[in-house]
Amino acid sequence: MEPALISPATASLFGIPAILFSILIPIVGLGFLVFILRKRLYPLFSAQTDPRTDNVKERLIRTFLYPHHRMPRYLLVSFIHITIMSGFIILTLRWITLPIVGIWDGFVIPGLGGVLGNIYTNVKDLVASLILIMSVFALIRRGVFKPERYAVPSRYGKDRGPETLVVLGLIAGLMILDMLFQGSSVAAQIQKGGQPEMLIPATGIWCAIYLMSDIPLPILQKIHLSAYFIHELFFFSLLCLLPFGRFFHLITALPDLFSMKLNKGTVKPVQWGLSEEEIEGLESFGVKKFQDFTWKHVLDFFSCADCGRCSDQCPANAVGRPLSPRFISIKSRDYCYTAYPITGPSQNGKPLIGNIFEEDEIWSCTTCGACEEECPLLIEYIDKIVDLRRGMVDDGLVPQSLQKPLQALEKRGNPYGMMEKKRADWTQDLPENYEIKILDKKKNNADTLYFVDSITSYDDHIQDIAKSTAKVLNAADIDFGILGPAEKDSGHEVRRFGEEMLFWELRDQNIDAIINSGVQRIVTADPHAYNALKHDYTDIPPVEHISELIDRCIASGKLRLREAEDKEAVYTYHDPCYLGRHNSLYDIPRRVIDAIPGTKRVEMTKCRDRSFCCGGGGLMLYYEPIEEKRMGQIRVEMAKEAGATIIVTACPFCLVNIEDAIKTSGLEGKMEAIDLVQLIEQHLTIDIEQGNQT
Amino acid sequence: MEILVCVKRVPDTAENEIEVNKDGTDIERDDLVYSVNEWDNYAAEEAIQIRDNVGGTVTVLSVGGEDAEEVVRREMAMGADQGILLSDEAFTGSDGRGISEIIKAEVEKGKYDLILTGAQADDGAGQIGGMLAALLDWPYASLVNLIEIIDESKIKVGREIAGGNQEMSEIDLPCVLSIQTGINEPRYVGIRGIRKVASMEIPVHGTGDLSLSPDVIGKSGAKVKRLDYFVHDPGEGADILEGSIDEILDKLVEILKTKGGIK
Repeated sequence: MEPALISPATASLFGIPAILFSILIPIVGLGFLVFILRKRLYPLFSAQTDPRTDNVKERLIRTFLYPHHRMPRYLLVSFIHITIMSGFIILTLRWITLPIVGIWDGFVIPGLGGVLGNIYTNVKDLVASLILIMSVFALIRRGVFKPERYAVPSRYGKDRGPETLVVLGLIAGLMILDMLFQGSSVAAQIQKGGQPEMLIPATGIWCAIYLMSDIPLPILQKIHLSAYFIHELFFFSLLCLLPFGRFFHLITALPDLFSMKLNKGTVKPVQWGLSEEEIEGLESFGVKKFQDFTWKHVLDFFSCADCGRCSDQCPANAVGRPLSPRFISIKSRDYCYTAYPITGPSQNGKPLIGNIFEEDEIWSCTTCGACEEECPLLIEYIDKIVDLRRGMVDDGLVPQSLQKPLQALEKRGNPYGMMEKKRADWTQDLPENYEIKILDKKKNNADTLYFVDSITSYDDHIQDIAKSTAKVLNAADIDFGILGPAEKDSGHEVRRFGEEMLFWELRDQNIDAIINSGVQRIVTADPHAYNALKHDYTDIPPVEHISELIDRCIASGKLRLREAEDKEAVYTYHDPCYLGRHNSLYDIPRRVIDAIPGTKRVEMTKCRDRSFCCGGGGLMLYYEPIEEKRMGQIRVEMAKEAGATIIVTACPFCLVNIEDAIKTSGLEGKMEAIDLVQLIEQHLTIDIEQGNQT
Repeated sequence: MEILVCVKRVPDTAENEIEVNKDGTDIERDDLVYSVNEWDNYAAEEAIQIRDNVGGTVTVLSVGGEDAEEVVRREMAMGADQGILLSDEAFTGSDGRGISEIIKAEVEKGKYDLILTGAQADDGAGQIGGMLAALLDWPYASLVNLIEIIDESKIKVGREIAGGNQEMSEIDLPCVLSIQTGINEPRYVGIRGIRKVASMEIPVHGTGDLSLSPDVIGKSGAKVKRLDYFVHDPGEGADILEGSIDEILDKLVEILKTKGGIK
């Protein structure tokens, strides 16, 4: 059928053949885009190496899997986002076709003629209509309702609202313009007595045709041409706008997702690809200037969609500490774009601390991982924070409150500065028939090592966890022992606070002692030690958390539990970050609690991978943060809201923080906290004092 | 500005359980860990900051056995340019005056504008700064919590006086200052920092190098002699509560209640 209107390829504009514009707009648009992208690549290439091309198959699978289940965690906005995003994928073909049509009249992508073309046109019409509706929704949501999550606190800079509104406006504009372009042509055809192709009723194009049905042909012709060229201008403007802000993720999301971190719970080495001896010889440690970040971390900054989910979940942000993970990305990106401008020379080289980050901002992170768990683009924060801390430690910028425990760790192997020989003193309080073996390869050996770690060895109150653990291991008939004075702090927080070489010392001493003890397996009741032994140590026997062992022994009948004493008690389980988020142990501890007959357990709203950090462990206990409230207090409030009377946790640091919070929130007597292993010990059917099963 | 900082290696009170030995001649030293005396560490940080602002060099000095080298090295890792260890068998048993004489002899070998000491040491008597100034016949300011460099010949120093008030004085160079904690925030020194300066030479100077007369140093030269170390016996006016922390607290509350401390 002959077209009813003159097409852009054959028309003339202002007396000039329109085809000139059709050629010029894409060339200029793409030229700008390439120029901008080339500039954006500079910081990526001057950044540090980062190997991200291993396990290609797993990476591909996860790239397409993760965003799908992360995006709907914020349900409403996910409808808008998924519609627009999948719509864009479908519209790609249309967007490739349109600029060519302006040059080559009647062009169709090979294979998209005939029936297939008809189907595509209809799907595309439907999708464009949905995108239009969703972008109008989004405009209203962003422009009128302004969800709190997107607000920019003054200390982090200016609101970036207009960018989002402009881009949403451009998207809506693109949809409407295409409808007008295509609709005007169909309307003209109908007026000339032609028979249009089948159209789905109530789609945007259908409405456009209906509205234009009475417009005279010459005006339709003008609408047809102006819609086309404005569409092209909008389209290439949008493309060139992307690399300037949050919408860069349209381009960078896929490569960034593909290069995601695969091994949770670990911390990146000081520099990739170097041995520890080589690292020791480095001139500088950690991230001090922008180019000290790895290329993946720079790509993370580019990819951040500024959706605010990380900071919405961040406990440090919630208690008013001067940290918001979102602005770690945004401030870094802003700095990067100023330091590597599109025009003019790079002016990089400023120290990050003191210029774009504050010391307290970087120390405020508990490394709980809530931000990383939430980010639909899988942006990493912990490794960046640790790298920045390494830089600060290297420059001596360590708060006085942390210097003492670090020095004690160096000298005594524990942050308290307690004598090494007193590390096993907790065993003296056990009933007389208990004899805890202090392992050595010669006389005292055992199958299992109970790795106690510092807080459980030395803290008067937390020693109860060690005693309960020993009793439970004994009841389960496990041949175990401890390292005693040969055990040093696992160094989990030492590493995460940036003191890498002190961590190496502690780790090496522990590995020696563990190998020397000749054990086959390791068990610990401290998730921080668990995570360190599991992910930071190498060449040691397999390690498990005590909850895994208890779970297994309950299943096999080696441990039997009696009915809960307090029938009124309502339990809730608080997921420790290093058991849950970092090691995905969510169900086992719950199953262990539920194995006690007659327990009633409720869940807090924030549980499992959205668990709210208690305030942090290890060295974090010494740090004096700037904050309005304690994280523990917020957590205790959540437990109260859930109707719980007993908070069960499975981490000594959680116990310290939550017990403190119960006291400071005035909930003493109404609520208590207990460690999982203590709870199990209380409910053993075995008579501990006698050692007899009753 | 040429600055000398005197530092001492002391048992760290935070990381040790200090007990007197059986004979009462010393504390039990078997399981002790040592570090830089806290006040001296502030003095070293201050010296480094002054050097960074006005230029010059920072030299760290310690009097002690071979072990004292570790504290000198630590302060070099912090940023001091060089270290000197004053060590000799003959120094053992020196009193405060003797130590000051030893330091004075080293000072006279160099050309310093400013000498900083800690206001006191965890295991000391707070006498070195003053005595050294007197022996050198240099002006002296003690308990300094603020230093402002005016020019090459004078500086301003601050001292906290009763009620949290601040006193400012002007003092001519060269001078000796004893430094109070809180004057700054000493930077952190990690293992890596220490390893970086591990190969730097620290000269050791003894009696011969310093041409010291044996009359003033060592046990024989000491005019102040320590007689005894002991812990007070419990009894009238002193009591030691025993038991677990809970039991101790209960007893304490009981005592406070009966003696009218709390109601």
